[in-house]
Amino acid sequence: MTGTNTADAATNADHDHGHGHVEVDSVTLSAELVEGASVASHDVAEYALWLGDDALIIAQQLGWWISRAPELEEDVALGNIGLDLLGHARSLLHYAGAESGRSEDDLAYWRDEPQFRSAHLFEQPNGDFAHTIARQFIAAHYLFELYTRLQASGDATLAAIAAKSVKEVDYHRDHSVQWILRLSLGTEESRRRMITALSDLWPYVEELFADEPLIDRLEGVAVRPSSLRQAFDDAIVPVLAEAELEVPRGFISSGGGRGGKHSENLGFILAEMQVLARAHPGASW
Amino acid sequence: MTTPAEPYALPTEASVEVSAEEHQFNELIAADSRIEPRDWMPEGYRKTLVRQISQHAHSEIIGMQPEANWITRAPSLKRKAILMAKVQDEAGHGLYLYSAAQTLGTTRDEMTDALIAGKARYSSIFNYPSPTWADMGAIGWLVDGAAICNQVPLCRASYGPYGRAMVRICKEESFHQRQGFEILLELMNGTPAQREMAQDAVNRWYWPALQMFGPPDNDSPNSAQSMAWNIKRFSNDELRQRFVGMCVPQAEVLGVTLPDPDLRYNEETKEYDMGEIDWTEFHEVLAGRGPANARRLQRRREAHEDGAWVREAAAAYARKQAVRSKAVA
Repeated sequence: MTGTNTADAATNADHDHGHGHVEVDSVTLSAELVEGASVASHDVAEYALWLGDDALIIAQQLGWWISRAPELEEDVALGNIGLDLLGHARSLLHYAGAESGRSEDDLAYWRDEPQFRSAHLFEQPNGDFAHTIARQFIAAHYLFELYTRLQASGDATLAAIAAKSVKEVDYHRDHSVQWILRLSLGTEESRRRMITALSDLWPYVEELFADEPLIDRLEGVAVRPSSLRQAFDDAIVPVLAEAELEVPRGFISSGGGRGGKHSENLGFILAEMQVLARAHPGASW
Repeated sequence: MTTPAEPYALPTEASVEVSAEEHQFNELIAADSRIEPRDWMPEGYRKTLVRQISQHAHSEIIGMQPEANWITRAPSLKRKAILMAKVQDEAGHGLYLYSAAQTLGTTRDEMTDALIAGKARYSSIFNYPSPTWADMGAIGWLVDGAAICNQVPLCRASYGPYGRAMVRICKEESFHQRQGFEILLELMNGTPAQREMAQDAVNRWYWPALQMFGPPDNDSPNSAQSMAWNIKRFSNDELRQRFVGMCVPQAEVLGVTLPDPDLRYNEETKEYDMGEIDWTEFHEVLAGRGPANARRLQRRREAHEDGAWVREAAAAYARKQAVRSKAVA
């Protein structure tokens, strides 16, 4: 089945093909990393870790969809989005690790749960397609506002990563909006599932905008999360209105990801992600 | 190369008069030109193409599974990125190919339904499992390597949309093959456990890769007609020979042993002699008695069925939007 709008999604995905596209050549691969990055201070490294872990954990989860999506166009689109986010994660973790002499893989594969800094939203399970879309909708809008402002960071590396990433998350935003509309205005079943998914994911919105002490020490470098909330709301409220959805009211998760306190999901995600690397300490791949 | 039309491709002299359209088709084939969707074509040509292109599309889609199996467990972020890009490319290849088949009057829904009902074929090799990371290397190197040998000549297939789809696909396949070779090279330069993993994967994938070229020429009933129609350019055995010739020096660079004790260079023919292929195994797997046939189809069916409500929603939304824009206009 290819309705007009799914065909649009395919066109978008196709158009976007360049974004997350990686070539086997090490030259093009290293283009995923920001060139000439300086070494981050301890605080900047910690901040980069926050953002890098968010991107890594959601990319890891999106990778699961490839070969399981509702239609081939979505295998391609979700794959592209996952690849973009994995690219952001690699740049950020590469930068975060330089201070302590650790590689992106040291950080991804050899840290335990309490050392991860991802916010709980990114750890939430894929669920059905509506849950993945709800998570994407929140994540992409948050990341878009974040990277838009981070381009002006006093830290040149973070600014460069943000400038590259913002264009990609802009497309992710559009992808999620299209699906929010299709699912909420499509059939009764899709609407019911969309409402459920949005209300299941909404408790994790708050944590994204919580200011932490680290932010106070990074004035001019980090983006103050609370400063993004208005722009986030301004962007999503009209979409929800068009989708005839209400902003969910209900539970608010107390979060804790930035301090290494995670939801019950992260352990499973890491177990799967790290299993092979950890079975072969010191090996290179 | 121009393949002269074989006499048995055309109606015999004794048969009814050749229509003007048929004459034009024969002329195009004889001139090694392309047939386009609106051109008249014999029913057999159309059927052969639909069968071949849809099987090829299904192979891309089912072929995503053994590799998707390792996306979430890839041992480095670089490998994860490459693998995601590769499996996603395969979905893209499936899309181009389904589109090419659709130009022949078969819908994607029909093809998908046939696949899920277990009525359509796909490359038998994807019925083998991928238990280790080294399988990502062996699949890329051997399976994609064999696919390239098969597919490069298809870029000149007489049916335009198929040939053009193959041009796009072949560009990406060479990246796929190289990344597989690179995975194996890295493993062979690694720890003893990694080397063992690599050799084991090559042992498991080598013979099924040789079977990808299809039965020997003396047992390939459709080949002659396909060659006469300029769909197929080289015989199964020719392509298989070419593939083996490509693998041997690459295996030497890798330091892996190809699991064929009878493989040796023949000074007279300037080609490699090879051991007997187990065609019984090939036919068993083809008949649904391979290691992962059931699993592959189950996974595809589940994805399709789990996604039904999403596709229905998209279609319903599109209909409502169309009504709305009509009302506005």
